[in-house]
Amino acid sequence: MTVTAIGAAVRRKEDHRFITGKGQYTDDINRPGQTHAYFLRSPHAHANLKKIDLSKAKAMPGVVAIYTGDDVAADKIGGLICGWMIHSKDGTPMRAGPHPILAQGKVRYVGDHVAVVIAETLSQAKDAAEAIVVDYDVLPAVVEAGKAQAKGAPQVHTEAPANTVYDWHIGDKAATEAAFKAAKHVTKLDIVNNRLVPNAMEPRAAIGEYDAGNDALTLHTTSQNPHVARLVLSAFIGIAPEHKLRVIAPDVGGGFGSKIFIYAEETVCVWAARKCGRPVKWTADRTEEFLCVAHGRDHVTRAELAIDADGKITGLRAKTIANMGAYLSTFASSVPTYLYATLLSGQYAIPNIYCEVDAVYTNTAPVDAYRGAGRPEATFVVERLVETAAREIGMDPAAFRRRNFITKFPHQTPVIMTYDCGDYKASLTKAMEMADVKGFGKRRREAARRGKLRGLGYSTYIEACGIAPSQAVGSLGAGVGLWESAEVRVNPVGTVEILTGSHSHGQGHETTFAQLVSSRLGISIDNVSIVHGDTDKVQFGMGTYGSRSGAVGMSAISKALDKIEAKAKKVAAHVLEAAEADIDFKDGKFTVKGTDKAVDFGTVALNAYIAHKFNPQELEPGLKEGSFYDPTNFTFPAGCHICEIEVDQETGVARIVKWTAVDDFGNVINPMIVEGQVHGGIAQGVGQALLEGTVYTADGQLVTASYMDYAMPRAHDLPSFEVGMTVTPCPSNPLGIKGCGEAGAIAAPAAVINALTDALGTEDVPMPATPLALWSIIAKQSKAAIAAE
Amino acid sequence: MYPFKYQKAATVRGAVSLLKKAEEPKLLAGGHTLLPTMKQRLASPKTLIDLSAAGLSGIEQKGRSIVIGAMTTHAEVANSPVVQQAIPALAKLAGHIGDPQVRHRGTIGGSVANNDPAADYPAALMALGAVVHTSKRKIPAEEFFAGMFSTALDEDEIITKVAFPIPSKAAYVKFPNPASRYAIVGVFVAKKGSNVRVAVTGAGSNGVFRHEAMEQALAKRFNPKSLEGIATPAADMNGDIHASADYRAHLVGVIARRAVAAATA
Ligand SMILES: Cc1cc2nc3c(=O)[nH]c(=O)nc-3n(C[C@H](O)[C@H](O)[C@H](O)COP(=O)(O)OP(=O)(O)OC[C@H]3O[C@@H](n4cnc5c(N)ncnc54)[C@H](O)[C@@H]3O)c2cc1C
Repeated sequence: MTVTAIGAAVRRKEDHRFITGKGQYTDDINRPGQTHAYFLRSPHAHANLKKIDLSKAKAMPGVVAIYTGDDVAADKIGGLICGWMIHSKDGTPMRAGPHPILAQGKVRYVGDHVAVVIAETLSQAKDAAEAIVVDYDVLPAVVEAGKAQAKGAPQVHTEAPANTVYDWHIGDKAATEAAFKAAKHVTKLDIVNNRLVPNAMEPRAAIGEYDAGNDALTLHTTSQNPHVARLVLSAFIGIAPEHKLRVIAPDVGGGFGSKIFIYAEETVCVWAARKCGRPVKWTADRTEEFLCVAHGRDHVTRAELAIDADGKITGLRAKTIANMGAYLSTFASSVPTYLYATLLSGQYAIPNIYCEVDAVYTNTAPVDAYRGAGRPEATFVVERLVETAAREIGMDPAAFRRRNFITKFPHQTPVIMTYDCGDYKASLTKAMEMADVKGFGKRRREAARRGKLRGLGYSTYIEACGIAPSQAVGSLGAGVGLWESAEVRVNPVGTVEILTGSHSHGQGHETTFAQLVSSRLGISIDNVSIVHGDTDKVQFGMGTYGSRSGAVGMSAISKALDKIEAKAKKVAAHVLEAAEADIDFKDGKFTVKGTDKAVDFGTVALNAYIAHKFNPQELEPGLKEGSFYDPTNFTFPAGCHICEIEVDQETGVARIVKWTAVDDFGNVINPMIVEGQVHGGIAQGVGQALLEGTVYTADGQLVTASYMDYAMPRAHDLPSFEVGMTVTPCPSNPLGIKGCGEAGAIAAPAAVINALTDALGTEDVPMPATPLALWSIIAKQSKAAIAAE
Repeated sequence: MYPFKYQKAATVRGAVSLLKKAEEPKLLAGGHTLLPTMKQRLASPKTLIDLSAAGLSGIEQKGRSIVIGAMTTHAEVANSPVVQQAIPALAKLAGHIGDPQVRHRGTIGGSVANNDPAADYPAALMALGAVVHTSKRKIPAEEFFAGMFSTALDEDEIITKVAFPIPSKAAYVKFPNPASRYAIVGVFVAKKGSNVRVAVTGAGSNGVFRHEAMEQALAKRFNPKSLEGIATPAADMNGDIHASADYRAHLVGVIARRAVAAATA
């Protein structure tokens, strides 16, 4: 039997299923007697619901039921929750308005859920929805974060005066102010981190089902964390107690964070299934996804960097206004606070940091974690400041970074985090070599001859992954612990099932997790199957996000494998008639020290189950072990991305001509999968930097509600990536893994904009840097140049 | 989508008679414009008349023209040796419409009948002086396109083919919308003898148009330099989140120069 070692670039086991169309996604599943749900959504960004007249709609053909917020209230079904408590500067808890699953008295964004129509067919449900008469009292709307706190701005929730959910801060204000007073040079930037719409290939979907015989509910849904969904649905929303509610997240076609959250639609489906006595199915169409999936980013920031006479950074301060949208989504409050400001030290030894964050409600789709979640925003602030500062003080941006890099570990930043390990110089140096930074001047001159402005930009990013030590996050306001669970079930013939609380929706767990088992037990990866995504099979789990499945999820598997090995040694000792202390286990074989006696893993597994060779009163039969692993620290993947870009002076079109990424993810299980994650992440980051603009009109209509206007990155927008790695194994988990899922999306935007600002000679380049935006800058510059002549 | 009756016409005559007597009919070609609007419930024809079996597809050279049947897909035009040989610019244009799925369903007849102000074909028809053949008559391109999404077609009239005179030189350059890949500005230039035509799609506030100032300058000398200093009034341009009217006006000049350069390369 062939072992697939840790570090082997094997192809993904799951891909045959996906590529041949054999995956089972939620929408592929149909239940007997199933009905279809269609949500009547608000066409207005802000309105009072004066009256909903269902009389005509209820009489339409095929209609099974129509429910509104009144029915939800009558059933005492709770609202959606935000699971992370943030306190304002004055110690008061955040001010969150209610988040009903069907609107009660008011709608707060275009797409807000007014009613659900359940019918025999989707078409009939839509017909009936058209016959619902809603009397809206339309109110003025506020959409921009920067305008939400203005005097006289429309109030989204009465609970949050001035639309302010919290005004939070971190760091030492006085010390930071002193650092700025003493600074030789201060760099200032106004930064807008553009709102993004996550676009997983599979839209969200749900099927709620009620088993009257057992009084139990089943929910199939597109979730990154089915156990968390069950916990929230049962403990907070009150759908059913946990033992009467099964949540299944089958194959899920991408999430990027957007499928962490518990949304109105799946909650309605599972609640309505019991109420109407039939399975209720809903699948979002792409327009519904644009309108209602939790969006990402949307920060407005004023940031400053203080530098002394030696080119050393002495302080950083920032004031950010974070747009939360119309309601607080499941983890929304943590994103612009503990996932953002705690990373403002970047890779640098910055002695003083102070950051203020105001979170505001607006009449837009809720905003929550999206690939990187807070860390892309932090990296963008830090890396734009550092690049700009270097230019302003006339220092080479790479040299300026080197001068300020953290070099001693562990390193305590002024904003909570303790970086455990890293080698930032190594990744920068390697990236510069791979990118041939030395030859850039020549390439730039050559480009100029072709009418192209060529620029080079760095992003030496850091992120906090492997989320997270439960006690630490608990002290910061998290409502849950962030450990992971695993169970290893060895079958009598030596094949293995891994039950994991992690959830794969594109990450390749069926392969990487199997590689770990293969290398530990000496069995083929084909003899390992990964079971995930079903609360009836896996006891508990916290799911997949924050690049945690390797560092936390696999660590739990590793711990369980330790126990399997220990127990198997006991069984082997009986089989080999030797003392347990003399048994060695290596390459799938148990041997007795100093002899040639050996038995393979499969035989030991069989003996564990037949239990003929040992006394079951002394040693329990069977071979099954579990573990709950709680990490001791975050992990800190870091690296250096270098973007080289050319701007066509005539059209403003930017083309990325070279991309170099050198990442330190600690130990790597499957380099091919890791590289794929890096590619995807960069593509998403480039999307944010160059293409993806989310545009609402002033009255809250989403202009970019389809691919006709929302530009997703395509293959031809991207160069072939040069990907390299450096390795400092993570000391805080048994496998030395840091995580790789978000790095590209975190690093890329700053690298692109740093390259563009280099090319254009101005720091004022917005995201997305569309052809129109870049041409406008070039046109303004040439006008100014003509005026100066 | 609302319920509708589906009918397949076996001939153009049959399609015309269905068009006359069916309740709220619509012709169905590739369906790439029509079906999405029906799915979104923005259009609700009661009858769909499918033209796929009406014998309207095919490409042939007739004298000094290339004649393309209305139901010919973009992929067929792009890959046709006849088109590639006689009017390579037209083959290239067709090869850059949408994506492979769109090119294998979308048809020239549907595109021309729809007259989307950002579509590519209208520029080719205008610049090449094409003639639209219908079930009733022959309509010169200039008279056919009548502003955004509007054409000279009667309610009961069907496009059967489009005839493109073969130019001596031609090129099409498209500045695509970063999201949809339709044209923000698309310029088709064609030279036939001393006659030069420049047609612009995507940019104008009233759909495809001919750029007479450019045509005159290029008739004197067919060279990109001839276009320098020729302004396009922004007041006549379309503006949206992707491109302001000023930007489009500027791009018309840039893209036209690139098209002439490509035609003379
Ligand atoms: C994702 C996507 C991207 C696209 N990108 C581009 C692009 O980059 N550039 C571009 O130019 N186009 C683009 N298109 C449009 C596409 O190429 C088709 O040309 C267009 O959809 C119409 O052609 P169709 O055959 O699909 O017509 P249909 O959708 O079937 O019909 C369109 C209209 O024309 C009428 N009609 C059809 N045939 C006839 C006829 N013979 N006589 C009279 N009336 C008729 C129909 O009744 C209907 O009103 C894109 C479409 C999609 C979906």
